[in-house]
Amino acid sequence: MASNSRSSISRRTWIAATSGAVAAGLIKTKADAVKLVAQEAPTPPDDPTKVPGRFTSEVGVRAPEERPRRLTRSQTLSSSSRTPLQELQGTITPADLHFERHHAGIPDIRAGRHELLVHGMVERPMVFSMADLKRYPSVARTYFLECSGNGGGAYNRERMPVEITPQALDGLLSTSEWVGVPVSTILNEVGADPAATWILAEGADAAVMSRSVPMEKIMDDSLLAYGQNGEAIRPEQGYPLRLLLPGWEGNASVKWLRRIEVTDRPTMTRDETSRYTDPLKGGLSRQFSFFMDAKSTITFPAYPYTLPDTGWWEIQGLAWTGRGRITRVDISTDGGRSWTEAELQEPILPKSTVRFRHLWNWDGSESLLISRAVDETGYVQPTVQQLWEARGERTAYHNNQQRVWKVGADGAVTFGLGDLV
Amino acid sequence: MRRVALATMVLAVGCAPAGSSSAAGSSDGAEPPELFGFGSAASAERVAMWDIDVKPDGEGLPPGSGTVAEGEQIYLMQCIACHGPTGTEGPNDVLVTREPWEEWPAGRTVGGYWPYATTLYDYIVKAMPQLTPGTMTADETYAVIAYILYLNDLVPEDAVMNAETLPAIEMPYRDRFVPDDRTGGSVIR
Ligand code: HEC
Repeated sequence: MASNSRSSISRRTWIAATSGAVAAGLIKTKADAVKLVAQEAPTPPDDPTKVPGRFTSEVGVRAPEERPRRLTRSQTLSSSSRTPLQELQGTITPADLHFERHHAGIPDIRAGRHELLVHGMVERPMVFSMADLKRYPSVARTYFLECSGNGGGAYNRERMPVEITPQALDGLLSTSEWVGVPVSTILNEVGADPAATWILAEGADAAVMSRSVPMEKIMDDSLLAYGQNGEAIRPEQGYPLRLLLPGWEGNASVKWLRRIEVTDRPTMTRDETSRYTDPLKGGLSRQFSFFMDAKSTITFPAYPYTLPDTGWWEIQGLAWTGRGRITRVDISTDGGRSWTEAELQEPILPKSTVRFRHLWNWDGSESLLISRAVDETGYVQPTVQQLWEARGERTAYHNNQQRVWKVGADGAVTFGLGDLV
Repeated sequence: MRRVALATMVLAVGCAPAGSSSAAGSSDGAEPPELFGFGSAASAERVAMWDIDVKPDGEGLPPGSGTVAEGEQIYLMQCIACHGPTGTEGPNDVLVTREPWEEWPAGRTVGGYWPYATTLYDYIVKAMPQLTPGTMTADETYAVIAYILYLNDLVPEDAVMNAETLPAIEMPYRDRFVPDDRTGGSVIR
């Protein structure tokens, strides 16, 4: 049984490789172990040039060793899951790994029956089927989408995490090429009253999630999106239709969009009053804090990785701003004493993520790695101390502090401000 | 012919520089129309069926009313399992703050944070009870709101909630909500 003997050799090779991996310290987490197990079946040939490969397939699957996964929380109806930032390349998030956030589960909606109602301060209240909407001139734009709660896990002075991955801290961030119709096209179609200053956008989920959005943003660059990375928007991202407000907090980009009411004032929905408002010091709360200010985070090396070796390493990460383009990312490897400009991956698109890279020759000493993004308004990603000073410590929304990663002398990387606090 | 022209037009839009919206040329030199007309007119009934949101001035509130006592019965039947016997025990969102407090905010509860009482109607009628959303009548919704407001010491025990009384409630912390003052640039806010 030739194939059997081959597979048993393979298996031996695999075990050797696995124990090698253990010895080399490559199995650090459960995820690593899962990856290695995944290599086992189906058993690959020793020499792929000697065995014909498989046939075509209707839908592809990832290589068995590649198992990027969203990080899910407890299975409740109002929940979220996070994108595995540290396992991705470039800037686009595969649609099946786009973060999720919803307030009453993911609705099962059929595009053939879905309709968008547009009414209120308009000359012609109208209903649009998906086929109607797709007949309008379309645009495709690459934008990040980020929950305003992203990064909130590292704002509380008393509860600063140490063993936290880029995914667990900042995984409520994803980037896609979105396809759709500018909302302005549809508002032109219904004859929106020039005196209107807001809209209410409402979803067809069981929370009937709704948000008020200023007309200025709607007419500027907002989309009625139905496409995501070359295919229809995924159910988790709002299938078949979502509002997409580039650069603004994700919650306001209402998913499963079924209704737009053109109005002259905000509706003051629960998710723009009770939630998604930011308590400040001085007993105030910031409301309609839509913009996602400049942020960046290193995704490699980061917890739970351990650098096995001194020498050359490429520090990588993502930077983004809701206010336009990222113009610079500075990297410090000495806790902020000195900074060097990182290389930015082209093209640098507005309101999209930018991948940065920086070559670092690690000498084996304890090092604090920090990235600091600068955007086209001149805004510099602040330290957490600056944010505490400006806002107080009662909100965790919009935490865009400089993320610090500590590389120990043993190569182990942890999240932390080290001596900076 | 028509289909070809449309496809080319879509392409042309796709290549348009960022920032341009619906304006686009077409390959045969004809200007695209001011209105395309895709979609259909929405009848008043259709709009009324979905237009269920409630504005802070009370616009959108339906006829009907409910008392604190009625609301207590509904709360005990439909809300207590997730929000606790007095609205403070969970397991889900705490709805009540009546204790004095030091630091802003005292929880993001109705009595400790919410700027508008009308939001209760807008939210509850759409989203609660979480497992059977959209099933409460207007009277039931007004009643349970009356009870929640009562638990928060915001209305007396004999209060009646309806389209007139609900928007008239002055929520204690409304003036604390301020617009976003972040502007980009060099100032950290
Ligand atoms: C099955 C559990 C469940 C039941 C039953 C339930 N709720 Fe809720 N409620 C929730 C959850 C979960 C949330 C938070 C949802 C979210 O995060 O978006 C919530 C949120 C709320 C809020 C907003 C709280 C805030 O501070 O923003 C109100 C008000 C509310 N519920 C009222 C009610 C009322 C009134 C009833 C009964 C008619 C009810 N709920 C029944 C689970 C429940």
